[in-house]
Amino acid sequence: MTKRGRKALLLAPAGIWLLVMLALPLLVVFVFSFGERGAAGGYVPAFTLEQYANLPARWTAFKNTLILAPLGTIAALVIAYPLAYFLAVRCSPKWKTSLLILVIVPFWTSILIRSYAWIFILGGRGLPALLESIGIDDVRLINTPFAVLVGIVYGYLPLMVFPIFVSLDKLDKRLLEASADLGSTPWRTFRQVTLPLSVPGIATGCMLVFILLMGEFLIPAILGGGKVFFVGNALVDLFLQSRNWAYGSAVAMTLVVVMLVTVSIYMKFISRLGGQREDVSLM
Amino acid sequence: MTKDNGTISKQKFMEELRRYQKGSVTRRHFLGVTGLGMATAVLGTAMPGLRPRPAFAAGDIGDRVILATWPNYHDEMNFEAFTEATGAHVQVNVFGSNEEMLAKLQAGGSGWDVFVPTNYTITTYVGEDLIIPLDTSKLPNYDAGSFEQRFSDAGSVDGQLYAVPKNWGTTGFAVNTSKLDGAPTPTTWKEFWDLTMEGYSGRTMVHDYQLTTIGNALKYFGYSFNSVDEKELADAEKLLLDAKPHLFAISSDYQPPMRNGDAWMTMCWTGDGKQMNVDMPEIAYVLGAEGGELWSDYYAIPKGAPHMDAAYALIDFLLNPEVNAKEVLAHGYPSADARTNALLPKELLEDPILYPAADLLNALEFGAAATLTDPNRAELLARFKSA
Repeated sequence: MTKRGRKALLLAPAGIWLLVMLALPLLVVFVFSFGERGAAGGYVPAFTLEQYANLPARWTAFKNTLILAPLGTIAALVIAYPLAYFLAVRCSPKWKTSLLILVIVPFWTSILIRSYAWIFILGGRGLPALLESIGIDDVRLINTPFAVLVGIVYGYLPLMVFPIFVSLDKLDKRLLEASADLGSTPWRTFRQVTLPLSVPGIATGCMLVFILLMGEFLIPAILGGGKVFFVGNALVDLFLQSRNWAYGSAVAMTLVVVMLVTVSIYMKFISRLGGQREDVSLM
Repeated sequence: MTKDNGTISKQKFMEELRRYQKGSVTRRHFLGVTGLGMATAVLGTAMPGLRPRPAFAAGDIGDRVILATWPNYHDEMNFEAFTEATGAHVQVNVFGSNEEMLAKLQAGGSGWDVFVPTNYTITTYVGEDLIIPLDTSKLPNYDAGSFEQRFSDAGSVDGQLYAVPKNWGTTGFAVNTSKLDGAPTPTTWKEFWDLTMEGYSGRTMVHDYQLTTIGNALKYFGYSFNSVDEKELADAEKLLLDAKPHLFAISSDYQPPMRNGDAWMTMCWTGDGKQMNVDMPEIAYVLGAEGGELWSDYYAIPKGAPHMDAAYALIDFLLNPEVNAKEVLAHGYPSADARTNALLPKELLEDPILYPAADLLNALEFGAAATLTDPNRAELLARFKSA
């Protein structure tokens, strides 16, 4: 077999997968977005820009998503980083594996059931009752944007912890010793050595969490009580309730475009950040 | 502090488990009070292989039948009896709205054998060619004459039988009267919405369902539950948007928050009202004096059902008056079948929640096909939710 043939053979499964599972469906959605809703719902072929003209009716859903997705990503990062740092740098090797497993364990249960648990924690019998016993009355947590944020951080934390852990775990400890030998304070070592070297992990974690959050619908539906509406929820409603596939396709296409734009801006920002430092290695 | 009647202690859980094991309470009661119902519904039905094998197989109808139905709407024991009698395991898919069922069938490949559409959807299913005419020779337990006509006539379209009656009921509201501070229990939809925006602010739930949520908002102004009039819908939308900041949630899963005291009032279907009222008498079920919805559910078979024989067998089994009576006792929705009612205890047939007084019942309207498919109503609810 020629080198080219082997290359093609290696790429074929992924290529076919992408074509059938990504490119074709996206094409269908694109075509549908110019159609119309059938009388009993569904899709009727047409060529109209009406669906796109109607987009402002879902502005709140886009707004909620574009506020809570980045906020959730940042909150997850702030909580995940110290945890990943502890696991990778400070934790004794004896405990490392067991603690890492503890981070993964929640993934063994469906996110649906885990989110249901939060209904009870944030509901009137949970935290608010606890707060009431110390004199803080009438706190409503469930079915608020805060509840959705808590659910997001809880659900996506492992996705943030692992990439950061991996990048910190690989970190050559001798670099830290060198930094200390050259008179750096621990804080300065962290800021100038550890943090820059973990940027790839942070970037990957943020990207994973952010992209998934942009399409999230389960957590807002369960912990937002139908009141905190994401684009994902708007899409579920358009396809399953009002059965307006054409409008749903237009909303979906818009989400894809919004996502492409935000992610490419983000990538540019990250690569600039990454470009500021030389690759450091003692080998 | 709210009264402690929703959550369950470890000790209470064990007591309930013992009661269930001894057979002194039903499985539904056990699952309901312990909160395990949800978990089992999700976990158990997806894995027929985990279920015990039937002792024998009476007829060769395959090993499973897939039923798409509503929450809290069957007696699990009946499904087990069906499996025992036929060898076919009943796999249950639970849905929250008729639109969702319609969407799944329109998309194709639902895999359902039997589903439970509501009266106003059947003409649409027939028009879209999504359900099959029923062969009554395969349903020996179906006796057209024994059903009250107003709850069975939507099953036939142009003289052809497409669906047989399951249960009927009303859509009213449930209100936790212990939170009223001595004020009289509300009796109208006007009071429902006014209370939502005043004393019960942050404590009311409305269905995630355009038919009932919009319909009951229309009732505030005295309009028809089924209105598709632009001006009337605009009034309803304004009311909904005004009420939205005061809502606890927009969700059709209202039993858990009502039971644990997070929600104090909710739009509610008969059986849920009955189930909550039995366990917590302070939760009253009210039919709005202005009217509201009267509905009737049916069994139907989607076109291309993968286990057609099992589908007929399951419907016929559930139409058996003795089985049906057990169903009614478990879920609390009335049956329109005189043969079934003859087997039910008198106090159930006189229950004001299940069988409301004639004057309240007469004010109610059946939902119309046009109400369900009206694009403006669908979009109105979507705007309300995303506002």
